[in-house]
Amino acid sequence: MSKRLIQNLAKIISKQVDRFNQTEVECLIREFYAILGQTTSTGKSSLDERKFRSILTNEFGLTNNTIMERVFRTFDKDNDNFVSSKEWVEGLCVFLRGTLDEKIKYCFHVYDLSGDEYIAREEILLMVRNCLRMHGEEDPYDSIKDLVEITLKRMDHDNDDKLSFEDYKKSVKELNIVLEAFGTCLPNATRIERFEQRVFNNKWDHR
Amino acid sequence: MGTLLTRVAKWSSEDKLDSTALNSLLLKDIMLFVEDFSSLHPQEAEILFEEPLQWTSTLVASDFEADYDINESGEVESQEKDEKGCPTLTLSPPNISVRNFNQLSNLMNMENDKRQNEVQACIEENRTPLLKILGENYANMQKAVKIDKGEGHKQESDIKMKLLRLLLDMGKQTIRKLLKEISDKFRLNPTFVEQEVEYLQGLCGPGENSVLKSVQYTSDYEYPNGCRAPLWRQIEGEMCYLIIEPYDTETLYITCSSAGVFLNLGVKDDGDDGAYKQASEVFKNVVTLLKNKSQLFAENLTSQGPLRTPKLVDAQTQLSLKRINKSATPSQREEDKTSEFDDTQKGARSKNISHFSESSYAEQLSSMKLKSQLQPGEVFSETSSESDQSYEEEEQPARRQRNTDYPSEYWQIQKLVKYLRAGDQTATLLTLYALMDYDLTHETYHLAMQDSGGLKVLTNILHLDEVNLQLGSLQILRDISHNAQTRRGIVDNGGLRSIVNVLDSRNKDVKALAAETIANLTSFRRARRTVRKYNGISKLVKLLDCAPDLANVDAKQEKDVEVARFGVLALWSCSRSPKNKEAIHKAGGIPLLGRLLKSPQMNMLIPVVGILQNCADEESCKDAIQTEGMIKDLVQNLGIDNAELRIHCANVIFKCAENKRTRTLVNENKGLQALVSLLGKTDNKKLMAAATGAIWKCSLSPENLDVFQEHKVLETLIGLLTNQPEEVLVNVVGALAEFAQKPANKITIRKCGGLKPLVRLLVGRNEPLLVNVTRVVEACATDLDNMAIIQELDAIRWVWSLLKNPNPEVQSSAAWALCPCIENAKEAGEMVSTLMGAMELVIDLLKSTNDDVLASMCAVIAKIAKDKYNLAVLTDYEVVSLLAKLTDKPGDLLRCHLAQAIAQCCTWRNNRAAFGEAGVVPHLALYLKSSDMKVRHSTVMALHQLSKESNNCVIMHSEGVVKPLIHFMGSDDEKVRNAAADCVRNIRLLFPNQSRAKKTTPCM
Repeated sequence: MSKRLIQNLAKIISKQVDRFNQTEVECLIREFYAILGQTTSTGKSSLDERKFRSILTNEFGLTNNTIMERVFRTFDKDNDNFVSSKEWVEGLCVFLRGTLDEKIKYCFHVYDLSGDEYIAREEILLMVRNCLRMHGEEDPYDSIKDLVEITLKRMDHDNDDKLSFEDYKKSVKELNIVLEAFGTCLPNATRIERFEQRVFNNKWDHR
Repeated sequence: MGTLLTRVAKWSSEDKLDSTALNSLLLKDIMLFVEDFSSLHPQEAEILFEEPLQWTSTLVASDFEADYDINESGEVESQEKDEKGCPTLTLSPPNISVRNFNQLSNLMNMENDKRQNEVQACIEENRTPLLKILGENYANMQKAVKIDKGEGHKQESDIKMKLLRLLLDMGKQTIRKLLKEISDKFRLNPTFVEQEVEYLQGLCGPGENSVLKSVQYTSDYEYPNGCRAPLWRQIEGEMCYLIIEPYDTETLYITCSSAGVFLNLGVKDDGDDGAYKQASEVFKNVVTLLKNKSQLFAENLTSQGPLRTPKLVDAQTQLSLKRINKSATPSQREEDKTSEFDDTQKGARSKNISHFSESSYAEQLSSMKLKSQLQPGEVFSETSSESDQSYEEEEQPARRQRNTDYPSEYWQIQKLVKYLRAGDQTATLLTLYALMDYDLTHETYHLAMQDSGGLKVLTNILHLDEVNLQLGSLQILRDISHNAQTRRGIVDNGGLRSIVNVLDSRNKDVKALAAETIANLTSFRRARRTVRKYNGISKLVKLLDCAPDLANVDAKQEKDVEVARFGVLALWSCSRSPKNKEAIHKAGGIPLLGRLLKSPQMNMLIPVVGILQNCADEESCKDAIQTEGMIKDLVQNLGIDNAELRIHCANVIFKCAENKRTRTLVNENKGLQALVSLLGKTDNKKLMAAATGAIWKCSLSPENLDVFQEHKVLETLIGLLTNQPEEVLVNVVGALAEFAQKPANKITIRKCGGLKPLVRLLVGRNEPLLVNVTRVVEACATDLDNMAIIQELDAIRWVWSLLKNPNPEVQSSAAWALCPCIENAKEAGEMVSTLMGAMELVIDLLKSTNDDVLASMCAVIAKIAKDKYNLAVLTDYEVVSLLAKLTDKPGDLLRCHLAQAIAQCCTWRNNRAAFGEAGVVPHLALYLKSSDMKVRHSTVMALHQLSKESNNCVIMHSEGVVKPLIHFMGSDDEKVRNAAADCVRNIRLLFPNQSRAKKTTPCM
């Protein structure tokens, strides 16, 4: 990918995102191609899920497989099983610099495994199934079910036994820390800083 | 308590406590007990010990703070005195002597790490503390000795009984606690049983050496926890079942449970429910059971060599346990000397614990059960009435009863805490979310949190580098730290340290919450000490560094200001401890506070000034407050209509205005007017006290007095002499004393009718107030018209009776006031002689140990002795020898007045010779070399009087006073000049006579 092309691409994309300036977009695109170029030379211009997930783990510290698959689906807006350079930059907008509202939308989308605009009890259970490790032979599953039940009851404001977007949004607004209630799906401050520093200060290396 | 020390503590050979875990637990317990003693039992804490507790201390003078007098050689005396005026604590390093629990508590509350050493040394060197504290009669109450109770002593002996009961209770509780500590370790566990079974299996087999046919478990399945019993039996504490076939008896079916080993009714691998029943007594292990059941086994085991008993407990603990049991049930001791160890172990189990509680202790106690069970409520009200120190101390939460039925929330919270322990990040977050949903102020919540160890888990979460979890945990901690018991729980569990650590977080919300939590937690001393110990003060001070200009804060800085506000709140709470004030100053907090002082926010200003008020107790801070230019802002804040803010501001000025420059600054910034305007707020007593205090200190500068005069402050102050509480009066009268230094003001005081209410205040008991009132009287009595009124109001009698006050400051201040009174009163001589016992009081105080008191008494004597008749009375009271004894004391003030007193007493002829015989002349000769002119002058006067006695002249001559006296003949003061000349003349005239023939009578 020539420098020229990247610059043009950056110009186009940066008109559609407001969190990054053009230089930053350029850096992100360069990073995108760097990741792409490391392993394949097949000329594909999109990230597949496997590679994307390795980025999530290595760069952003996400570990939960169910969640990571969902993060990939959320980035991949056109559902073609690949993250294009545009989707990459747009996704990172929220991922790195999103406002609370944007993050709420993003997280809800991640947690809504079936895509039916609701987070159902089964979905939560699936996401948090490994969250407790009890001592002895006590079965953690009952405890997890109990914990999920408590959480669901507290967040379900309209009492329909599942979480709508409004339920979720209201809960997060009440108490911000439950934004990532069902599993980490955003990088923490340290990771963000490290990533931005590396990518945005790195432009000279590629010339 | 005595038993506790002699039997439980492990002593090494040289009367030292060994450093075992048990001993340190014991010490810690005693430490906590003593630490809280004076606040919980104020009455008992004042009881004097029969004999002082003395030990070799590592404490030094600098460890002591206010309430202690420290002299140059590093010796410390408490200001608290017994009835005879002896201090209740004396330290002449390295020896310390303590005479009541108040002082012991103080030592334990000291903010240093020597506490445990001190307790240890005290116990090591006082092996019979009960005897020393209460005396033989009480300490032997255990033998039910009757004490004669004179009616007068009844109250005291009641308190002593209470004290005894407290001490015994404490001993008993500690023994129980230690016993539990040990017996917990003694419970059987699966590993122990397994080892034993392995050992026994090694003894099985067909061979000659074998003592058993077989040893088998009933089940081969082992649960992960090491037990083999079915789950429903595990609930009962049973771990596994054995089938053992000895050679000589029938097959034994054995149950191994955590409480011990016993026979059952035949549990096999498919045992029915009835078979689990216990069919024998409980043994401590399988080997003991076998020894008991199988003769062959018992005989052969000894030949097998010693049994390797698996080591569950270290030898130390076993020994201690043995001792505890001995002390608990002495009668059991004889039972079985050889199997003492068995006894011990049995004793440790629950069976014998009940036995223990019925033992000798209980009997002793029941014989002296006191009707007045201490009510916690009473204790609290007593502590709260203590003076200003106590406002900071919170009540020790009462021990709660653990037998009530808990509501379901209790168990739910316990369950959630379990999830917190076992959960990963997500589960922890969800659990915190759930925990926040409860009523965090409800007692159940606190109980559950404490009982389940939730406090520890919450603070441990802070160590994770996860902002969301930290925030969640801190939110809960902040809210539950409003509960006193929970606060102690958090601090005792080391949680405060974790909270202090997250003050370094990069997340501002975390910082703010942590600071707010610290503000809540530091309501008691130990917490404040902990904050300082982990560098919390400087971390908090760092939070204050927020915006350069507080008046104009932009959106970005707003968050920082908010964080700073919580930092300020935390520091406000922390700054109640003296060492924290110092730490705040050292960490550079004062300039930062100066910056925050410009904030327009009231919720920022009040705590900021609050910190300044606390810090202004430190000299260095006072200077910093002045040099950082804060006086201006403080004065401006006086103008804001907020009572609390005004109180704090006025108090800061009160504390700082002893500095001259500060007083000038207050004036320059129109602070005096602001203070004067506050005098109208008579309904707010705290504000009045602060404002009058500031006025008092500001009036130390004459130019400030002029400003006050313009505003008719004197008249206002006189109006405040009635209907005000003592804390206001002290300051009002203090200010009056300064005002009265100006002659014109003395007249104003009289004209405004101030003398009458002033004289009435002489009857009070408030010592600082009495000191100030006598100062006003002293100043006013120099005006003859005032004096007439004072005499009319019979004030001299009141002032004189203040000499009986035990406080030396009051004594000397009263005496100084007496001087002008005697001088200016009409028919003063007669008046003094009619006051019953007046002169005895003065004579008595010549034996005082306080130099100021001595000086003032000399001054009074100089005035009294002007009257011939009174001088005769004084002479009868041996004033001469008493004064003579003082001549070798240092101190210019004392020497000056002493010389005057001697001079005055010498007008009585016989006294001249008596002084000479008492050897005062050589001392006076030395006084002539003093650097203080007043001392020299009054010495010349005294020598002049003494020189009228020829024997004295001989001594003067040999002491070489002539030369300096000749020098004084050139003095500017005519009296001195004449006296010196006349003195020299006397020496010259009499000296030859004296040396020629002693018979010659000297002429007068």
